[in-house]
Amino acid sequence: MSKMPKWADAVLIPLISILIAFFFSGVVIWAIGKDPFVAIKTMVQGAFGSTQGVGYTLYYATNFIFTGLAVAVAYHARLFNIGGEGQATLGGLGVTLVCLAVPWPHWALALPAAMIGGALFGAAWAFIPAWLQAKRGSHIVITTIMFNYIGAALLGYVLLNVLKVPGSMLTESARFPAGAHLPTFHEMLAPFGINFNKNAPANMSFLVAILASVAFYFLIWRTRLGYEIRAYGQSETAAKYAGINPARIVIIAMLISGALAGLMAINNVMGEAERLIDNAVEGAGFIGIAVALMGRNHPIGIFLASILFGFLYQGGAELAFWESIPRELVVVIQALVIMFTGALDNMVRVPLEKLFLAFSKKKEA
Amino acid sequence: MTLMKSFLGAAATLALTSGAAMAEPAIIFDLGGKFDKSFNESSYNGAERWKAETGGTYRDVELQSDAQREQALRRFAENGFNPIVMAGFSFATALETVAADFPDTKFTIIDMVVDAPNVRSVVFNEHEGSYVVGVAAAYAAKGDTVSFVGGMDIPLISKFACGYAQGFKSVKPEGKVIVNMTGTTPAAWNDPVKGGELTRAQKAAGSEVVFAAAGGTGLGVLQTAADEGMLAIGVDSNQNYLQPGHVLTSMVKRVDNAVYDAFMQGEDLEPGIFVMGLANDGVGAAIDEYNEALITPEMKAAMDDATAKIISGEVVVHDYMTDETCPAY
Repeated sequence: MSKMPKWADAVLIPLISILIAFFFSGVVIWAIGKDPFVAIKTMVQGAFGSTQGVGYTLYYATNFIFTGLAVAVAYHARLFNIGGEGQATLGGLGVTLVCLAVPWPHWALALPAAMIGGALFGAAWAFIPAWLQAKRGSHIVITTIMFNYIGAALLGYVLLNVLKVPGSMLTESARFPAGAHLPTFHEMLAPFGINFNKNAPANMSFLVAILASVAFYFLIWRTRLGYEIRAYGQSETAAKYAGINPARIVIIAMLISGALAGLMAINNVMGEAERLIDNAVEGAGFIGIAVALMGRNHPIGIFLASILFGFLYQGGAELAFWESIPRELVVVIQALVIMFTGALDNMVRVPLEKLFLAFSKKKEA
Repeated sequence: MTLMKSFLGAAATLALTSGAAMAEPAIIFDLGGKFDKSFNESSYNGAERWKAETGGTYRDVELQSDAQREQALRRFAENGFNPIVMAGFSFATALETVAADFPDTKFTIIDMVVDAPNVRSVVFNEHEGSYVVGVAAAYAAKGDTVSFVGGMDIPLISKFACGYAQGFKSVKPEGKVIVNMTGTTPAAWNDPVKGGELTRAQKAAGSEVVFAAAGGTGLGVLQTAADEGMLAIGVDSNQNYLQPGHVLTSMVKRVDNAVYDAFMQGEDLEPGIFVMGLANDGVGAAIDEYNEALITPEMKAAMDDATAKIISGEVVVHDYMTDETCPAY
């Protein structure tokens, strides 16, 4: 028997959690002597008030959709992939190698090739921890987090020794050819007469992220492989009894997960920077964990949670620009949202469940 | 709906007030943060000095990510801040695009040359200042070995090392300069533990004086030098006070002056390439109450002599960045 209607579980709990998080954020802002209402206004205005703000919010959200989906795929197999950061880093390398390999004539050719490059490199980086988990029982949490560091070191090495422009002091690759430029929202919406800010980094990858979310839904709930992944996640012994090969599922789930994380690079590397810079992922791999948790590992939830975190990133930047609120405090606000929506889920859930139970009893009586 | 209206209303008033006000200057700090006791802090001090003297206000921001470089520049330019100062060479790529979009806004970039009609590029002759502290190191060392700890292995840091080695060898031509870099990624700017290890290894190899040009890593170098009974040389800001009695001097780079000058000139900022060297007090060796006991009269005379000769052109210090080689290694 379910204690709560589904809508309450999916919408009400996250909403209440966010409100509590904002309340405490407001208290913190008030405590350092700033006006919390002005701060909230600045954040909302900065993130959604102009097409430029929206462009940045959706740009960040695109990153989080990819990494959120990556975490969710693995999570359905009860694998906790916290290596999204490293997989996205390597995905960036894959995208860069593809983009710099040939003078691309048009993005329509460059994008699919870059997607394959990013996904392959991301998947390859997830493969080693997956194999170690499947065959040797090395815990995936430990190995994936270790691989984040190895990935960062590897990227630093490749950037400095292979991709760096000679004589430059910047640790970054050469610029991608003009043909590898992905259409931004400005270019995409201009034919429809919509004037979207031309400097906002949101681009074509946002649509790819939505397509990936749809594909994710069909994979997990409409295919045999998805069923196997979920069955393995629910109970390894039952899955084995049903003839599912656990090693195969662990490796495949992690490969898909790594590929999704690697795909993020078409947004931040190909779409925004148009060159590979050191530490291009900037924590999106870790935010993906919070996004997946908050989104209940469902594509719609992940999409909404990504928009929320995109808002927190962009609104947070605006807060630092205009309200002189130190960047450490912006991180505190982000952390409060993660804490209340992810870690303290039961704090809201249990009382709410009791409330619904009391109501339904009243009705019966 | 009313909520949305009040947001829009707030935005409109914000836009109006910022448009009506006199142009304020703005400064963007690099990822190391405002209070790094070194480069960024020096630029912060320059901005604060301007504020104290003129009573004006300025806007500043510490970045969280690389994607925000262009965003911060653009947002400040859009909202009429002028001039906009950037502390650090990493802004070059972002500035190239933004400067072209805002021809009426003046920009200042420190440590890098960006060629645009509305950009002032301030670069420092670090090799000259390093030469002078190299001379000091040669007088302070009893033996003939001194050392250098760099941050990230980039040409700019080799420029410090090469100037230092040249200064040292002008006094002790047969001496030895051990040069180590902390790493090859930006993490090397903030690894005091590794800085300390390198210092210890250099001590074992006979070094008596260590020059740290390594951002936050340098704090570990200074600490270890004090623990091991060596002398250290600080960098960028005056770091003599950090380990009193163990810091021989600091190779100060007057980033604060660059920021102060840019803020002072305001909207009439003169673009172009500005080189700050010994001649115009852009670099130099710091002497204050924390290290005057370490500076012997003989050493002081030699440092002053070297400074005078470099300014007059009698001594030309080789700049590593011109050809990526160093005659003194």
